[in-house]
Amino acid sequence: MNAQTVTLSEVEAALAALAVPAPAALAPSTLTAVGLADEYAVLATPIGGVHVAWNGLGVSTLDRVPDDATFEARFGTAIGRPLRRVDAVPERLARAIERRLAGDRRVRLPLDLRGRRPFEQAVWLKALEIPRGEVRPYGWIAAEIGRPRAVRAVGTALAHNPVPLVVPCHRVVRSDGLLGNYSLGGPAVKREILAAEGLDPDELERLARAGIRYFGSDTTRIYCLPTCRHARRVTDHHRQMFRSARASEAAGYRACKVCRPGSAARAA
Amino acid sequence: MDDTLPAALAIDLDAAFERLVRSHQDRLYSIALRVLGDPRDAEEVTQDALVRAYRAIAGYEPRRIRELQLRPWLAAILINLCRNKTRKHRPALVPLDTTDAAAESQRTPPQLRSGDPRGSPHEAALRRDGARHWAGLLATLPDRYRTPVVLRHVDGLSYDEMATVLGRPEGTLKAQVHRGLAQLRVAAEQATRPDREEMTA
Repeated sequence: MNAQTVTLSEVEAALAALAVPAPAALAPSTLTAVGLADEYAVLATPIGGVHVAWNGLGVSTLDRVPDDATFEARFGTAIGRPLRRVDAVPERLARAIERRLAGDRRVRLPLDLRGRRPFEQAVWLKALEIPRGEVRPYGWIAAEIGRPRAVRAVGTALAHNPVPLVVPCHRVVRSDGLLGNYSLGGPAVKREILAAEGLDPDELERLARAGIRYFGSDTTRIYCLPTCRHARRVTDHHRQMFRSARASEAAGYRACKVCRPGSAARAA
Repeated sequence: MDDTLPAALAIDLDAAFERLVRSHQDRLYSIALRVLGDPRDAEEVTQDALVRAYRAIAGYEPRRIRELQLRPWLAAILINLCRNKTRKHRPALVPLDTTDAAAESQRTPPQLRSGDPRGSPHEAALRRDGARHWAGLLATLPDRYRTPVVLRHVDGLSYDEMATVLGRPEGTLKAQVHRGLAQLRVAAEQATRPDREEMTA
């Protein structure tokens, strides 16, 4: 028996019928990849579940809210891009955030801070330099970014930090040494996070009330902010306490090059 | 096709890019699927091509954007990415999809596949020759025929446009499409041979 005849036009018609619609996820994930839309999911952290939004350029929002609707409403107000709920934060991103929260500052974790004022971005990037287990005053950030008089504006910028925890605004405290407020749930949460990072918030506030601003070592004759890792290494026996940078200098101490306590003193 | 799109992209890329995605994603995905054979690879390559297009346009002068021939330009980006993909995948000459289709055609009696066993042989052939069957035949073509055949007959590009996409002369492309179609036709006829059907029945 012979094969059936197939004409060229039948071949062409069959090929034309091979066009198919793209998968439904293609358009949204493409728009996310170029940063025109965001995806979000809930990530488990040491302070409980937080909502995280991201796109191809980086993490855009992190917030602690009771439900998806609240998160979407806040994202809509602050950023306004299309936002899509997905099952989970992608494995690599979740690991990067976890490592950053655990104190690893070298882990690559891009942030999408487009549309934010340069001053705000400078404040957030400076806050990123504060190591886990240490704190810096608002005035320190102001001086470090070259705006020593903008202490209050630094506080406002940190209150608007779109990615708290990742940008550790909880490590920035009042210039009088008291812990101060916190955007992600108030002073109690700030205290809780700092304690989880290895600080003793009660001791910090006790020192602050006593007017102690700097620690010095009488062997190295270097003075630091009290939570600087070099200050914390000094044994009780060798520790000197100072109420001001001027007093430290007058006693013949020079400023630590790591925590740069002079920046805290310079701010207005 | 949307003639106002390049002008809109030139004015505001971010505002118009979704329109570009919506109006080209199906054709780009279809090309990628039929060239690569694997749906996941096709989805990945299509997204990658659209992202690259976005970045390229972001760096272009408005005049250059307004003059873009989006259909061949996007196809060219996609085909380059498909090439990289197949190069990495060597020596997988026949996509998984084909073996699935072949396995299924051996498992399923022709009567079940054709639906109505009493229809004319011609109608039966048309019904049986569904997308899976033809995708399987297409996958057996060598790359140099398959890609032009897909661009011409799945996507509907002109030979003029294909020449810019593939960087080959129109005459060469016409010959390659012609040979590709002829080979498909022979393969399709062989697939309808009764002895083969007896074997699978």
